[in-house]
Parts: sequence; structure tokens; C-alpha cells
Amino acid sequence: MRLNDEEEAMRAGKLGPGLQWAIEHQIRVGRYLGAADFVPVAQAHIMADTESLGEAGVEWLERLAGLPPAERLVRIPTITDPRGTDFAAAQRLKHEPWMLDLERRVIAAFEALGVLMTNTCINYQTIMPPVRGQHVAYGDTGVVIYANSVCGARSNFEGGPSALSAGLTGRTPRYGYHLDAQRRATLVVDVAWTPHELNDWGALGGIVGRFAGDYWQVPVLTGIDRVPGSDEMKHFGAALASYGSVALFHIAGITPEAQRLEDVVVAGQTRRTHRVAKDDIVAFQRAYAHAMEKVDLVVFSAPQLSLVEMQLVADMIDGREATIPLLIVTSPQVKPDADRMGLTARIEAAGGTVLSGMCFYQSYAREMAEANGWRRLATNSAKLANIIGGYGYAPALMSMQACIAAACAGGRIAQ
Amino acid sequence: MTDTVFYAAAGMGERKQGRALVAKDGFSARYDLDRMRGVFSRPEHRLAGESYVGRVLVLDAAKGGVATAWMLHDMKMRGIIPAALVLNAVNPIMVQGAALADFTMISGFDCDITQAIPNGALVEVDPIAERPLIRIV
Repeated sequence: MRLNDEEEAMRAGKLGPGLQWAIEHQIRVGRYLGAADFVPVAQAHIMADTESLGEAGVEWLERLAGLPPAERLVRIPTITDPRGTDFAAAQRLKHEPWMLDLERRVIAAFEALGVLMTNTCINYQTIMPPVRGQHVAYGDTGVVIYANSVCGARSNFEGGPSALSAGLTGRTPRYGYHLDAQRRATLVVDVAWTPHELNDWGALGGIVGRFAGDYWQVPVLTGIDRVPGSDEMKHFGAALASYGSVALFHIAGITPEAQRLEDVVVAGQTRRTHRVAKDDIVAFQRAYAHAMEKVDLVVFSAPQLSLVEMQLVADMIDGREATIPLLIVTSPQVKPDADRMGLTARIEAAGGTVLSGMCFYQSYAREMAEANGWRRLATNSAKLANIIGGYGYAPALMSMQACIAAACAGGRIAQ
Repeated sequence: MTDTVFYAAAGMGERKQGRALVAKDGFSARYDLDRMRGVFSRPEHRLAGESYVGRVLVLDAAKGGVATAWMLHDMKMRGIIPAALVLNAVNPIMVQGAALADFTMISGFDCDITQAIPNGALVEVDPIAERPLIRIV
């Protein structure tokens, strides 16, 4: 990789051991993935829940945070993905004291590094959406795919160590979705039925993700007959990234880089084509709930709920009572608004639990299952349905309305 | 090239030897593994229930979320980790995780590596050769 004078100084340790580690880490990654040089980035977003970090990762962060201030502070706005707990609800979730201790240590370390503890995976709805063409270093696959596809920004998947490195150095290796050539479509998906519900958008994302297959594939959708809203794009993108490891999609006539199909399709290039019908979207979801009559809990999470989704939940549950655990997870930015507008009170009066700043699957999901006797889980998030099986849960993917009906019927799923 | 040596586009980490655990399926530490017990835990995964500890994993593509970037480091510190990872297609997260953990990984072949390596074969992964490679011993 070509390095400029400042990057050479970082690599030589002239700006301290923290920056030396960060730039060396980025060079190793950049060389593996064919980066020619670095590109300056405007923001970084770090995924670092303690279930992922483990004790070893927490100690690693603490060593970095122990450097002198001049050598350890991030140089661009650097924010965080959800934490591994909501401290206000940790007892109800049966999170253990050791989990909370790890979380506190991580928070202290990040604060010492100058990181803003936003604890959100919907920063594009709540903090500062990136601008078209802006280079950023985002963690959380759902954040990256939304930023690339809907905002037209430029990011690769940046795991915690790499996003932190970008925060410290203010740059990232220029490979993948920072390059024009990588942003062209590699497969075309003709969608015969435009989804209505968020779970249907997630299911469509899951189907397209399975078609795509790996990180370097860029699907372009045709046939979508209206402009999807932000929450619809959020669920579609999060599922597409989760099932396919995909970081960028286009929707012809809708997303900013694909005003015309020809804008993202190279003439004469061979590409795969697929077709998705309504039956495929229904069948995708039925496969999860197959033979499941009852669930132990309902979870709305992954991604965190927007204020508009919070209102939907409140409207649907008014005058009813949840008789099994009903967890609604939102961001620390949305929660005060939901409180102020009475949404939290309405949801909790009906037996729901509103959680803030965490994400269900990033919050010791296996340990919560064992401590609470949870196994069968209903959700409207295709992303959560895809992930949570690995933690020992059996997921059912259903609409928000059907999930709430199940929560208010002792967990029974209407057939 | 003989039929027992397969060259990769890129590699990192140290030379490793071990028994291959092979499947035409993806890999994500968050989605697929019980990292405490050292087994594949996602029921839909083709290796569900299999122990990955000390094995050379030969799989199709890196999948899932960004957590693997931290998790390989934690798995290595606890000693519950594969010997190496061999993938047809890598994603940046797997590279970032391998870089943090100094973990052995190679990727990118001119054949489907999950069809080329027999399950259970003793293999050597050499990421520091002039061209990174996997060899059936």
C-alpha cells in the first residue's frame, strides 16, 4: 500500500503505540483485500458488545485506553453500536453482575478514547446520516448497507477493531465499496410483488441475500412499485446483509445510484437474474414458524425500533394485555421521545417491556434463554430470525400484528 | 500444480496443520458457533453439532455480522479455536478478525475448495508461501 508521510509516521510509532497498532492493523487488512492506499473517512461506528469482545477483548481495549490522552483519542466523530445490556432493565432480563461489570469497563475504556456512546444500530435514523459520496467506516452490517444503498455513502463492513482503527487514524484502506467499480450490480432480482409489512421486507432481503451468497455481490432490484420508507429499507437491508453478507444494493428508479437500471448495470456483462414472487416471500416466513403453535416470548429488535415503529407497537397493543414477555428494543435517542410522547407508558401498561441502547442478540442471548426458560421466539425481524437459531432459540417470523396477537394470547400463534 | 495442492489469492497468519472439517456452507462466529463448547450450533448449518476446535475449517464463504472481528481474538485467548480457516470467498470482517487475532486464513481459489478437500483429510495451510496454499499431506 502507498503511504503518505503522516501514515509512515504513524507506522513508525512517532505518534504513539496506539496509532502504530491501528495503522498496522489497517495495512494488514488493506493488503489482504487489495487496497492501493488509504481514504480519509468522516465518521466511524464501532460494534463492541461484551459478548463479542469477551474478557480478552475488554482487556485489550483497556490497554489502549491506558495510553496518554495525546496518543489515544479518536480524531473523527466515532460512535457506538448497541451495548450488551440495558442497565435499567438488567435485573428483569436476568443479566448477571459479571456481564454488567464487563459492560461498564468497556464504556469507561471507550469514553477514555473519546468515543461517543450512542449505543445504536439506527444512527442513520437518529444521529447523523452520511451524505452521498461520503467515505465512512461503519460497523454493524445493517448500518453499512443502509448507508451505502439508501444514502449513497461509501463504507465496507468495519468490525470493531477496524472501525476503532479508523477512528484513531481518520482513514481506512481504499478497497471494496470505496471504489466505483465495486458498486456496480452483479445480479438482477425482478420482484413481482412489493411487500407491505416490515417482516415481508425482511423476508425479501433474506431471499435476495441467499441468491447473492457473498460480500462481493451487489443486487439490483427491479419491479418495486413504490418508494419504500426508511423502516422498510432498514428491515430489507438488515436482512440482506445478514443472510447474504451483502453491503450494497440498488433499487432501480429509487436508490440514489440507480436512477436508471443502466446506471449500475454494465452493458454486455454477464450477470445472474432471479425472480421473486409473493409466494416465495410467504414461504420463506412459513419455513420458520412451521409446526410451531406457541412461543415463549416476542421480541422486536434488530434493528432497534424507530419512533414510528414505537408508535405502531403502542397503537396495536392499546387496550390489550401481553401475557408472555414482550420486549421492544429501541435506541437511547428514540427512548426519551417515546417516554415524552407517552408511547413507552402505553406499551408498558399493556405488559410490554421497552429496552434502550441494547440489541437482543448482542445481549447474552444464550444466557438469557437459559435463565428465563426462553426457547421459542416470535419476531417481525428476519435478521433476528436468521441469527437467533445459533443461540439455541427456535424463531417464528411474523408480522408485528401477529406477534402482538401471540403475546396477548399466552404465546399461541394464530394458524 | 498437483491435485493435492491448491493455491489461494491471499493469506495471513502462520503455517498450520490439522484435520480438515469441510462443508459447502458459510462461516460466521456469531451466527454459527457455540463458542463456549467449541461446536457449530446453528441447526441449519451443515456442520451442526461438530467440534471445530483444532480443525482446519474448509468452507464456502464468510457470512453474517461484524462480531467475528472480535470473536476470533477471544476464541484464541481461550484456546477454543479452529487451527485455520480456508474459504472460497472472504469478507472484510473475517480478514479484520484474523488480523487482530493473528489467525491463519487463506481464501480465493480457482476451484471450489470445499469440493477439492476431502472431509477428515490431514492438511497443511501455508499462508506465508510465495503463493498461499493448502496441501493434502
